Amino acid sequence: MNDIKSQATTPQLSHARDLSRPGFYVKLALMALVNAFGVYGILASYAQEQWAILGVLVVTLIAADYIYFSKRAIPAKYLFPGLVFLIVYQLFVMGMTAYVAFTNYGDGHNDSKPAAVRQISLTSEVQGGESFPLTVIDRGGELGFAVVVDGEARFGTEEEALAPLDGATVENDRVVAVEDGEILGMPQIVERQEEVLGLRVPVSDEPEDGSLRTRNGTTATTSLPALKYDEATDTFTNAEGKLFRANSDQGVFVADDGEELSPGWRVVVGFDNFTQMFTDSRISSLFASSLGWTFAFAILSVFTTFALGLFLAVIFNDPRVKGRVIYRALFILPYAFPGFLAALVWRGMLNRQFGFVNQVLLDGNAINWLGDGNLAKLSIIMVNLWLGFPYMFLVCTGALQSIPGELTEAGMIDGAGPIKRFFNVTLPILMVSVAPLLIASFAFNFNNFSLIYMLTGGGPNYPGAPILVGETDILISMVYAISFEGGNRQYGLASALSIIIFVVVGFISWLGFRQTRKLEEIM
Amino acid sequence: MNEYPATQATAVSTIEQQTPPRKRKVKGGALRWWGEVGWKHVFALLFIAYCLLPLLYVLSASLNPGGTLTGSNDLFREFSLQNYAGLSGTNFWSWFWRSMYVSGVTSIGTVLMAASAAYAFSRFRFKGRRGGLAALMIIQMFPQMLAFVAIFLLLLGLREVFPFIGLGEPFGLIAVYLGGALGANTFLMYGFFNTIPQELDEAAKIDGATHAQVFWGIIMRLVSPILAVVALLSFVSSYGEFILARIVLQRPENYTLAVGLYEWASDERNAPWSLFAAGAVLAAIPIILLFMFLQKYIVSGLTAGGVKG
Repeated sequence: MNDIKSQATTPQLSHARDLSRPGFYVKLALMALVNAFGVYGILASYAQEQWAILGVLVVTLIAADYIYFSKRAIPAKYLFPGLVFLIVYQLFVMGMTAYVAFTNYGDGHNDSKPAAVRQISLTSEVQGGESFPLTVIDRGGELGFAVVVDGEARFGTEEEALAPLDGATVENDRVVAVEDGEILGMPQIVERQEEVLGLRVPVSDEPEDGSLRTRNGTTATTSLPALKYDEATDTFTNAEGKLFRANSDQGVFVADDGEELSPGWRVVVGFDNFTQMFTDSRISSLFASSLGWTFAFAILSVFTTFALGLFLAVIFNDPRVKGRVIYRALFILPYAFPGFLAALVWRGMLNRQFGFVNQVLLDGNAINWLGDGNLAKLSIIMVNLWLGFPYMFLVCTGALQSIPGELTEAGMIDGAGPIKRFFNVTLPILMVSVAPLLIASFAFNFNNFSLIYMLTGGGPNYPGAPILVGETDILISMVYAISFEGGNRQYGLASALSIIIFVVVGFISWLGFRQTRKLEEIM
Repeated sequence: MNEYPATQATAVSTIEQQTPPRKRKVKGGALRWWGEVGWKHVFALLFIAYCLLPLLYVLSASLNPGGTLTGSNDLFREFSLQNYAGLSGTNFWSWFWRSMYVSGVTSIGTVLMAASAAYAFSRFRFKGRRGGLAALMIIQMFPQMLAFVAIFLLLLGLREVFPFIGLGEPFGLIAVYLGGALGANTFLMYGFFNTIPQELDEAAKIDGATHAQVFWGIIMRLVSPILAVVALLSFVSSYGEFILARIVLQRPENYTLAVGLYEWASDERNAPWSLFAAGAVLAAIPIILLFMFLQKYIVSGLTAGGVKG
């Protein structure tokens, strides 16, 4: 009894270290798992020299151990797992988007400066050093070259420069047997052709010494870098003596005549990506038309689905219509069908040559539903109408039934006709509960990537545009096109565009909240 | 993941609660009946044709052996299960089970994390509680998928350290989905948790229950309807999620249904259209089943703002 009393006076007592409870051991096992995971990650990130990840892991792990073994911090025990995921996969990536938006990250600017210097030295090479008889060796899946230099067998891989090879048998300046690894015969070399031909083995740890390559799998030639890097002046010089200076504003080595070396490196470029969007005429026109279409699409989507859903809800909210339950069940079927599948099915049905719509419904007409800009936009709106009206129908039906009948009767007594009653009585009341949903639907359609991407892929594309975007691309699919499609991935520009979407979405949501409150005040 | 913000629970009644149809004598004869009621039946039938056409089309195409797009245009000309059998020679079942796995784990993880966060916000008074709620409110306005470029770059970096949650791994995709768990669902649950009387857990505490026992033994049982709703919504939305799955999962054998079926349907030249149709029918079944269960919650406004993707 005493025990119970003492607990009653301290109701927030924690049992974080109570060894007598089985729950403690469950927790212990889980925490052991978490710690194993964390320590593994710390070691791995140390080995990979990923200092940022290492730091985050150390802090997170200490926090986890403190929270779950401390008798205090009870709310934190419940918030921690969700918060970790929220911080990493939502807050952090948003911050990262903002950061990348101010850099030139993308193809040609993928990595840090030292990596770019190394890459330039390696790739800008001239053939024509010495030739050696070559043996290709597979060591646990990794390929390497073995050659005989000055009578001594040496072996190296992509990562490791040539080093003496112990226990090798040499015949006629060629390695014919090794202890560690397996010598590739001609059939295997042909089979792994790409790998063998792509392999570059550095001759030594100094990039100036060049690297070994092969064109046939039997002879290796040294290639020497054509561009020499000078660390003191931070410049590259080519064979003709042309000087390429590091330009840290652009993240690239550039000569006086404007010739640039590839690749460059990642630098912060300030507002360049944003100004490019608005001032570079090739991109700004694409951006403007996509922005206009995004708004048009979102507004029309909400309007058409709501109008149709409301119309259906009103005419079937009539008790005299028998079988309404069956009608309703069938009307909402499109909603039960997964949206991405519906878009794909419609894509097939709208196919120009073979699609059901042209072949059967339109008697063999070859209307280019998805290939013509305006028709593609119309198709998107129509398909979205099919997808979206059942939701509006459900919501409006529910809202209509919650409107008290006295209000309509009062209108009737005052002599208002059915249309006037609908617009002056029913609709305003309906809007109170439905308006926030309309705004949410607007925000959803504003970023309805999968519908656009699956139906038209954003096409038809603008011919000759610097980025691979089309007439039906909304902003979010334009971001996708800039960052993942086409030959030139520009993460920086894409992130800048994402930031603009963030601003628009934030504004819409704010409007939504305000609207909710305003309409409630009216009631 | 942020497709169902709990903007507010609209007080709308369910279809089941509607007033029973009143028997009323139609005055004015058949003409008036047609003008007021009859045309609605005609309209309903036409409209049902519009609703059902794509569904019947895909069902018919799935039953048409060796069908191309052209061959699928005669509805229900043939009846054969050949395409369904043919799916076993493809990656389809691997996609199907991967979708189940990804959506299932996401949905369980989402429920557990959102419920425990809602419990903390609802039952404890701690520093930063109001601020935390407000921050969640703001965060949930911004769908996670808007940052997909950064998510791609993050997973690219994580691949070096944790290969199993890096780019290309289904588990990496789950982790990304779980990042959206709190923002979208905590509010939905928080409101519901607050309706459970606090006296219940106080009574239990007086009887010597720990906070964990209160959570698992009392609260989680009483809020099970909302847990089911959140689990199902989360399942449906990650099942149909496309853009993140597409950039994270890179090898065809690792795809989810949304990515895999997209690849089939968009392959214009040698599109296995009838295979796609069979796959689409099978892929739709779990969602249609879940939807039947969810429908009453959607109508009752519990999931207000739940725009399905």
